[in-house]
Amino acid sequence: MSHHIIEFKDVFFRYPDGTEALRGINFRITHGESVGIVGANGSGKSTLLQHMNGCLLPTSGTVTIGDLPLTRKTRQEIRRKVGIIFQNPDDQLFMPTVFDDVAFGPLNLGMDEACVRERVHRALGMVHGLDLRDKPPHHLSGGQKSSVAIASVIAMEPDILALDEPAANLDPKSRRSLIAFLKTFTHSKMIASHDLDLILDVCERCIVIGDGSVVADGPSAKILSNRTLLEENNLELPLSLQRC
Amino acid sequence: MTFDAQYFDIGRLDRLSYRDTFVHHLDPRVKVIATMLFLFTVISFPKYEVVALVPFFLFPVLLMTLGEIPVRFILRKVLLVSPFAILIGVFNPFLDTGTVAIIAGIPISAGSLSFLSILLKFTLTISAALLLIATTSFPGVCHALRRLGLPSLFVSQLLFLYRYIFVLMEEAMRITRARDMRSFGTRGAGIKVFVRLIGTLFVRTVDRAERIYYAMLSRGFQGDIPSLRRARIAVTDLAYLTAMVMFLAVFRFYRVTEGIGCLAQGLLR
Repeated sequence: MSHHIIEFKDVFFRYPDGTEALRGINFRITHGESVGIVGANGSGKSTLLQHMNGCLLPTSGTVTIGDLPLTRKTRQEIRRKVGIIFQNPDDQLFMPTVFDDVAFGPLNLGMDEACVRERVHRALGMVHGLDLRDKPPHHLSGGQKSSVAIASVIAMEPDILALDEPAANLDPKSRRSLIAFLKTFTHSKMIASHDLDLILDVCERCIVIGDGSVVADGPSAKILSNRTLLEENNLELPLSLQRC
Repeated sequence: MTFDAQYFDIGRLDRLSYRDTFVHHLDPRVKVIATMLFLFTVISFPKYEVVALVPFFLFPVLLMTLGEIPVRFILRKVLLVSPFAILIGVFNPFLDTGTVAIIAGIPISAGSLSFLSILLKFTLTISAALLLIATTSFPGVCHALRRLGLPSLFVSQLLFLYRYIFVLMEEAMRITRARDMRSFGTRGAGIKVFVRLIGTLFVRTVDRAERIYYAMLSRGFQGDIPSLRRARIAVTDLAYLTAMVMFLAVFRFYRVTEGIGCLAQGLLR
């Protein structure tokens, strides 16, 4: 199953204002892996995620998703495969009602009406949001917005899921159900977060980003218990590991 | 704080439109067409017409009652925009001084008649427009306009306006609150600070627009916003529209008030 592979090779990215956000990122994620991306504020996590589907293109180096190298031409194709859930659900939910929003992706994929309805129904069902379908997003609570944002991406049935700080602003119960949901998604996924307990819970592998490059890459249990490494990167031991 | 009050006011108009009444269930297209017809009929009256306009109040009153819309809320909104209409007509009594009637010894000038006519037309049209928004969800109105032939670019703009006006207002509210917490008396509340706040708001909005655009691209956006809104015109919708057209035609071409007056006189005799 080569089509769920994500590979970053010597990826550099510089913003137009001259900030070097990524300086030589290298990693390879194979099918079904679930990887946590951690690092200090401003270390380049979000920039990295935006490379996953061509919102940003590398200044140099290559990003390969499945068999396709990411270029201006292949972006459309890659966007069908990679679903990105952004940090702020208000940016993600741009349609006037929940139903319209979740249907947006499937409709753009050119599906017929019955198929779209089925997809929307299933996606909202997965995040327990079926009774929200006719509401406008500004009548939703923060947790509901996050759930709907996830549903709107799930409805496109992506091969790869990338989430940017998914548990921020969620109350503990919503966070729990998010974690439970993430565990059911069996395709490859990448989660950028400061919530190290969530990473420990959901991801078997963890990549630490510092100053735009990979500082450490290995099993979550090993990396997230390395106090010095974490503290060097403005992080700390996950709460669940602090007690022992 | 006035800003907060404004914010919650818009929110209230929006919440009203999600109620569950007969009027709310009518097809948005029918309501848009009915409202347009109503507006054109009211505007079509000559400038000295007053009496014939009065029966038209039946329309907003009916909608308000059936749609369970609080009267005071609509009246307050009408009052809020009334300065525009008043400004247009307030000089008429002085400019157009010909006497058209004498009631109880007081001569009535043509100008005051046309001023009154402007005020009536204004109240009727604004309340009709407000009631359309209060009884129809905004996306409903947008899709109705789309179905009636408005170019999809305009409709998308309207939909985004509706989606993000609340987000933008919340953002503005947070900024003003942050300022108020750290400014005391008039210090920090001056025009210079205000200009910078607007600047901040603008920059944040541009950033947000970019993020939204990325989110749209990520979900396959290619220039057109697709929609699955299938609305069928039901019998009640047609009945409503027919009733509306008849009602407007009768009120426009027959002098209903005169008729009622004659009838009353006949009964009294």
